[in-house]
Amino acid sequence: MADAGVVPEAGSSSVVDAPSVISADRLDLTFQTRDGPVHALRDVSLDIRKGEFVSFIGPSGCGKTTFLRCIAALETPTAGALSVNGMTADEARRARAYGYVFQAAGLYPWRSIGRNVALPLEIMGFSKTERKDRIARVLDLVELSGFEKKFPWQLSGGMQQRASIARALAFDADILLMDEPFGALDEIVRDRLNEELLGLWRRTGKTIAFVTHSIPEAVYLSTRIVVMSPRPGRITDVIDSPLPSERPLDIRETPEFLQIAHRVREGLRAGHSYDD
Amino acid sequence: MRSVVPVLTVVAALLALWYAGAVFLNLQWEVDQARRAGADPGLQAMIVNTLAQDRPLLPAPHQVIAEIWETTVEKKITSKRSLIYHGWITLSATLLGFALGTALGMTLAVGIVHSRAMDLSVMPWVIASQTIPILAVAPMIIVVLNAVGLSGLIPKALISTYLSFFPVVVGMVKGLRSPDAIQIDLMRTWSADRGQVFRKLRWPSATPYLFASLKVAAAASLVGAIVGELPTGAVAGLGARLLAGSYYGQTIQIWSALISAAVLAAGLVMVVGLVQRAVLARMGMAR
Repeated sequence: MADAGVVPEAGSSSVVDAPSVISADRLDLTFQTRDGPVHALRDVSLDIRKGEFVSFIGPSGCGKTTFLRCIAALETPTAGALSVNGMTADEARRARAYGYVFQAAGLYPWRSIGRNVALPLEIMGFSKTERKDRIARVLDLVELSGFEKKFPWQLSGGMQQRASIARALAFDADILLMDEPFGALDEIVRDRLNEELLGLWRRTGKTIAFVTHSIPEAVYLSTRIVVMSPRPGRITDVIDSPLPSERPLDIRETPEFLQIAHRVREGLRAGHSYDD
Repeated sequence: MRSVVPVLTVVAALLALWYAGAVFLNLQWEVDQARRAGADPGLQAMIVNTLAQDRPLLPAPHQVIAEIWETTVEKKITSKRSLIYHGWITLSATLLGFALGTALGMTLAVGIVHSRAMDLSVMPWVIASQTIPILAVAPMIIVVLNAVGLSGLIPKALISTYLSFFPVVVGMVKGLRSPDAIQIDLMRTWSADRGQVFRKLRWPSATPYLFASLKVAAAASLVGAIVGELPTGAVAGLGARLLAGSYYGQTIQIWSALISAAVLAAGLVMVVGLVQRAVLARMGMAR
């Protein structure tokens, strides 16, 4: 995207005054299962401001994915208030406020990469010429130009996931919700995609909520890291990252980086000991 | 080319088995004939004769092939003795029944997938319908439809429909439900309506399942059409040839009708297979 200059420079210092786009106030979510109620979320309050990159980290069952699905209106909280872009989550979903990236790319095997990216555009009623422009633009953004005519099975796992990110970006939602998008990829591919995602975030100024299992990934990407713990799923720590918005991969060896990583690890450990 | 040898080996083994069976089953008749005539033609001559009887218990392959040749190539298509004439009668009922069964099966599957009420109320009947032997149902369908003035092609096609809609329902329900949770969730995040989810996700996902079902349905349609011809008094069609053959002990005629039916079924399944390959290749799903 060429309009990077229009967007206010994203980064930990410049978004403090930005308006809040996702606002959760004491969210509770209890699933009724055959084995009795499961407390997936308890008392989760969080504001995500425009242009922020917020990571959610915690062990399985801590509710990080559930919280993301609540924002996407794929789950409905049983108590508390949640607003997205000033609307209820479901209104925001219908207003197409966010793009969602799942752990698996979920590309349609019978559609080429280009037509996979076109799928949400077709559903939302974009014209054919508009679709063509947007496909070219977002494929360029994720460095997949030239793969438009290829089918998903002709691409590697990392490329497939890039295509699914392009698909989520195609309709220009301001919010990107990512649920362990790189969890199934090997570390080398993951590093590269992390770097690319950071560049993409800086250029587009999107608000990104990112669920991960990996401490280095969370620290490397985020302006804010939300540490969660299970049973019931709740937030145990929120860490503002002092790292600059320009982050080469080797920033991961600096003392600042290691210090944040340490704090995240401590937070995760504390969540666990509480449980035992 | 490497697959030719095993295929030919199997064919040769089957033919050898068939000839052996023909000799074994037909020999008794030759022995009886010889005793009645008080002659002793010798075992070798009797064995040769077992393969050239008029009404053998089991006709030899070359007799069946000769009969098929005679009743297809050497007979006019309009002749009542032409297998092509009878084959077409059966095939037309098969194709109509196949088309109706496919349409009915798809419609039911779409309803079952989209409505829980239909899933609970219709599915058990669909399954129950196939537990009833078709031989018991077919005469009733013929009689009932005849009473309302329908005879000929339609009743036979409906029996085909009865047999062929079932695999289509089962396959399509499975296919329409095959998209995984992520793909359904994605559709939801884009606020797609039910029609869009159906057209863009469920329907294309179901295509491979549909073709697998259609192959079964094509063969079942042919069985339905033949069964439908049996209670009609053996007027025309491969079923009629089977029945007439058994009335008059024309075993060669029975076997040639059987073989023709098998070839016809194989042809139908092959056509479905070709369409499947073309469609899946066009969709980009053939690798």
